[in-house]
Amino acid sequence: MAATSSYQPKSGFAKWLEARLPIIGLVHSSFVVYPTPRNLNYWWTFGAILAFMLVVQIATGVVLAMHYTPHATMAMTSIEQIMRDVNYGWLLRYLHANGGSMFFLAVYIHMLRGLYYGSYKDPREVLWILGVIIFLLMMATAFMGYVLPWGQMSFWAATVITNLFSAIPLVGEAITTWLWGGFAVDNPTLNRFYSLHYLLPFMIAGVVVLHIWALHVVGQNNPTGIEIKSKQDTVPFTPHATIKDSFGLVCFLILFAWLVFFLPNYLGHPDNYIAADPLKTPPHIVPEWYFLPFYAILRAIPNKLLGVIALFGSIAILIFVPWLDTSRVRSAVYRPLYRQFFWIFVLTGIGLGYLGSQPPEGVYVIAARILTFYYFAHFLIVMPLIGILERPKPMPSSITEAVLAKVKDQSGVAAETKA
Amino acid sequence: MTSSSRAAGTPAMKRLPFVLAAVVALGVASALPVAAQEADHDGDAGTVHYPLRNPEQLTWTFAGFFGHFDPAQLQRGFQVYREVCANCHSMKLVAFRHLGLEGGPLFGDAEVKALAAEYQITDGPDGSGDMFERPGRPSDYLPSPFPNDQAAAAANGGAVPPDLSLMAKARGVGRGVLWGLLDFFTQYQEGGPDYVHALLTGYVEPPEGVEVPEGTHYNPYFNAGSALAMPAPLADGQVTYADGTLGTVDQYARDVSAFLMWAAEPHLVERKRMGFQVVIFLIVFAGLMYVTKKKVWATVAH
Repeated sequence: MAATSSYQPKSGFAKWLEARLPIIGLVHSSFVVYPTPRNLNYWWTFGAILAFMLVVQIATGVVLAMHYTPHATMAMTSIEQIMRDVNYGWLLRYLHANGGSMFFLAVYIHMLRGLYYGSYKDPREVLWILGVIIFLLMMATAFMGYVLPWGQMSFWAATVITNLFSAIPLVGEAITTWLWGGFAVDNPTLNRFYSLHYLLPFMIAGVVVLHIWALHVVGQNNPTGIEIKSKQDTVPFTPHATIKDSFGLVCFLILFAWLVFFLPNYLGHPDNYIAADPLKTPPHIVPEWYFLPFYAILRAIPNKLLGVIALFGSIAILIFVPWLDTSRVRSAVYRPLYRQFFWIFVLTGIGLGYLGSQPPEGVYVIAARILTFYYFAHFLIVMPLIGILERPKPMPSSITEAVLAKVKDQSGVAAETKA
Repeated sequence: MTSSSRAAGTPAMKRLPFVLAAVVALGVASALPVAAQEADHDGDAGTVHYPLRNPEQLTWTFAGFFGHFDPAQLQRGFQVYREVCANCHSMKLVAFRHLGLEGGPLFGDAEVKALAAEYQITDGPDGSGDMFERPGRPSDYLPSPFPNDQAAAAANGGAVPPDLSLMAKARGVGRGVLWGLLDFFTQYQEGGPDYVHALLTGYVEPPEGVEVPEGTHYNPYFNAGSALAMPAPLADGQVTYADGTLGTVDQYARDVSAFLMWAAEPHLVERKRMGFQVVIFLIVFAGLMYVTKKKVWATVAH
């Protein structure tokens, strides 16, 4: 990104600093003059939204950590002190708890956007894989954060998830004991989860830097999936992308505020307001909504070890997507068949989410098995196969040509509706 | 030749996803009624889902966009807690001073002081290492009826009466997928108080042929069984309200449920008021952003 720097320092201080550390030039080339495809739609604003949410989570989290006590007998009380006696503590905590949900909502949209427009394809494989790593780190962070209030769901979620490692042959039991720091989920487990919950977000921030770096090396994909060919295909990042991202972000924040101020416990489980009790298992142990599809996959498979493998495999498989997709065409806009399968995949994900929230009995299990099979089939069978079988639609020769054709189309009908 | 055979294969291929989608949809759809049937089938397999009856949805002053507590109701609810519930249930997270805060029962400073002083609080140890009793102060937390869980269990047939500080958020109402989605728009967050009210007013004689274990009391609204250790706690006329409100079980249950909601969420009023300001601000801000965005992009076809 420094290579394209065209920044000319004007003030004396800027010249002095730039000669020693060209950081203003770096920002200038990355977020001001950086050439952005002119045809990006609002699905592309979620990158900026995610960056913002990471900052929100870290900022609220650091303040919450000042008031939280990571001890099995005091964690819940300390959180209630935050809710009652800390200035705006209720706001910080609800922002942080719902912020996690909003973070996942945004990341799922961001990932699906990548899958739809083929943003993982050559030369963006590393960019995509870095994204999968961020997603994995997010999942670990969110899970450990959910444990910190030490309510019933916290405790039993920790028990269920750490127990997964006991499925590993031979060393499973030893690993689980090592993870717990004892012979059951207890205070040592809470302490290490707290430590890791504070550490991982900074690792996420680090990988985000790599993610953005990789993005700025290969350039952004766009709805046509056609590479930038001339200056005409692009607009400068500032003001064009900056203002569009900001508008998208503010709309996203309306939704966020709606949850935080009016439905702060909508996505939570009432049981997590009951203090953890190792002797009392809740009738239904359910994770937060964003883990439900994966929870359904875990429970769909009768064998514990295979279930755990399927659970981790369902995320690990994303790493191989750049090579599982055999199509020469990136964007689903020009892939009539893939487009339909994409939406079936989305429905499968929603279906798995629903099944993850239901008790694992009767037909729910059968449905979960069918959908689990389809989840993997989408990547392992559908993606490679339709890349070969599909006949893509004719493609415009450049981004500009696509844009001009679209504008010509719309001008006859009505004023432009979507950007 | 190859291209023509491909073209012939395409329409059939196009239909394939829809067939698959239909299979998936059928799978999910069929799961719903069958599972529901299983839930209704009170067999010996133990697949009965509690509560047996869903709580009635009541109207609360603190529901919705402009929700706020009614201080008079909270004061009545506190009276019910104090005279009835507090005999067995603690409320460890609520301090006397909280009762005077804005957005709560709004007892005056002098009232809070006098109220706290009515209680004897164990403090210490003093200089010679002894614990001592002193009158309560506003900074004290509401004293618990039992010194520890073991004493509470021993006095209550083995069941510890749960702390009530968070009860209104620690219970809920099963909403299902459709209602659950609608709740996002209607802002239904009152499952807790609805549940508490239903439970307190829901004690009935067990139906024919239903065995109620000894020491428990049948209540179809209980979320973890058909009967619970707590007997019906309220009776008409049990508590005399100073403001002349009629003393019925339903009224007591409503008032104490509202009080528990405040105890679980003491900043609810402040939260909703700030939320109103934030949402209005964001909508205006989004409008300005949109206009600015339009202007910036006006010269660029996109």
